[in-house]
Amino acid sequence: MLVNATPSINTRRTLQIQDVGMVFPTKRGPFVALRDINLEVQRGEFVTLIGHSGCGKSTLLNLVAGLTTPSSGIMLLQERELTGPGPDRGVVFQNHSLLPWLSCLDNVLLAVERVFSEKEGKAQLRERALAALDLVGMSHAVAKRPHEISGGMKQRVGIARALAMEPKMLLMDEPFGALDALTRARLQDELMKIVATTGATVMMVTHDVDEAVLLSDRIVMMTNGPAATIGEVLRVDLPRPRVRVALAENRDYVQYRKEVIDFLYTRHSHVEKAA
Amino acid sequence: MGRALLDTPRDVAPPADTPPVRRATVVAVSTAATPAPAPREPFDWRGLGARVLPPLGGVALLIAVWALATQKSVSFPTPLATFDAAVKLFSDPFYSNGPNDQGIGWNILFSLQRVGLGFGLAALVGIPLGFIIGRFTLFNRMLSPLISLLKPVSPLAWLPIGLLVFKSANPAAIWTIFICSIWPMVINTAVGVQKVPEDYLNVARVLKLSEWKIATRILLPSVMPYMLTGVRLSVGTAWLVIVAAEMLTGGVGIGFWVWDEWNNLNVAHIIIAIFVIGAVGLLLEWSLLAVARRFDYN
Ligand SMILES: Nc1ncnc2c1ncn2[C@@H]1O[C@H](COP(=O)(O)OP(=O)(O)O)[C@@H](O)[C@H]1O
Ligand SMILES: [Mg+2]
Repeated sequence: MLVNATPSINTRRTLQIQDVGMVFPTKRGPFVALRDINLEVQRGEFVTLIGHSGCGKSTLLNLVAGLTTPSSGIMLLQERELTGPGPDRGVVFQNHSLLPWLSCLDNVLLAVERVFSEKEGKAQLRERALAALDLVGMSHAVAKRPHEISGGMKQRVGIARALAMEPKMLLMDEPFGALDALTRARLQDELMKIVATTGATVMMVTHDVDEAVLLSDRIVMMTNGPAATIGEVLRVDLPRPRVRVALAENRDYVQYRKEVIDFLYTRHSHVEKAA
Repeated sequence: MGRALLDTPRDVAPPADTPPVRRATVVAVSTAATPAPAPREPFDWRGLGARVLPPLGGVALLIAVWALATQKSVSFPTPLATFDAAVKLFSDPFYSNGPNDQGIGWNILFSLQRVGLGFGLAALVGIPLGFIIGRFTLFNRMLSPLISLLKPVSPLAWLPIGLLVFKSANPAAIWTIFICSIWPMVINTAVGVQKVPEDYLNVARVLKLSEWKIATRILLPSVMPYMLTGVRLSVGTAWLVIVAAEMLTGGVGIGFWVWDEWNNLNVAHIIIAIFVIGAVGLLLEWSLLAVARRFDYN
């Protein structure tokens, strides 16, 4: 389409999703999870996907991660078609997915080695992994195994592993969903700092309205499934750095929050299906 | 029916501490032999008593029944006579008067050597085979029916094949151990590979790790507990089978020794052999449990 006709019109564009649909074959016939997804993410942008549980947020993120292939449509990462998973997209999983038999350092090293081992020596790779762990404040636990650290710390190491590969995009699927409120708040603040220092482009799934407004440049609100699609996109023009306490009384913040809540609970309220 | 053996669905949560075990009977035996793990707390004499006294009571009961039953018997030795014979036997376990008359120590070592060889070869073949079957559906479909068919065959049915092919008793016995100890390792390894959590494989996929890195960094450590269960079952079976195989093949070995003592009508020695075989089996089991505990990442 337009992209191919004028390839250099927008150099800030990192991700393009064009007419993507996802149909899962199931025992009871094909299940349309997503349809007509169109989205662009700019370099350095923080985009969150929000929607009720089961609407297809993870499905969309997994498509971008390359873990599943779309049934229709195409996706471009820096103007090149995505054909599968790759280390140019750092993925942070909800349940951290650190390998329990490796230390925190080795978990990060596994990713670092994959990307840089051709150009760099052992010492440099180690340096990179340590730097990534330092970035997320985990220097004190490099030698610890995942089961020896808290859930919040595991998630930090997961972020370090993803960032250490210097990916073009950071993909996060409810990374703080399993954490308690205080830990979650602290990690959100730290994530904002990390994104500010690294200039990372982020796509993050959440179902937490406050988290979405606090972190995002744009909030992508999804309609309910089946055949879910993007309902509305809300641009959040709050100045950065954002401070949680100050925002609570900020009129714009309250307004953004209200708009998301309105979308989720008034116009697209979730009907629980009987199990 | 045959395919069901290895076709475990992916979404079954892996039981972290109890890998799936296919041989119910063998498990029953092995769990019974496992001592309760002792918690390390300030010294608890009553707890110790509660753990040590009942087993001692059990042994005492066995000896009492045995003593009562053999009071008037002439052909069956009393506990005391058996004990005397054991003391004599173990005072010189490593004598050697030609191939057919060697100390009990030699007999045990020869049996262990056969088990070690047969079992080692089985591990060498079975564990990689399990990995291949677990990782590639094609091989799973191809080999599962064969394994289902061959696994229930009594190991001793393989002995004539071994004798035919190798034309000699010793390799035939090793072959029998090989064939009977290979199945638990193949099956447990394959099941373990199929139960590697999807999350870890997703990590491998987003990092685009090479097949070698996937095998060494993800599959092997995560399959290790399952694999070691297979190894433990294999060794148990191998030790069961070696005695029977040696009775048939002869030579030097604890099984042959039992048969020889039966021909000499030396019942006390047979009873001693039973205890020795049990003790060696128990030691094998314990040492492998200790290894398994070392490799358990949980
Ligand atoms: N592999 C799959 N096969 C069949 N249906 C699936 C599969 N993955 C997801 N779905 C369905 O797609 C819908 C969206 O799932 P998901 O993306 O996980 O939702 P969310 O992350 O928004 O909670 C759900 O109805 C789910 O049942
Ligand atoms: Mg989800």
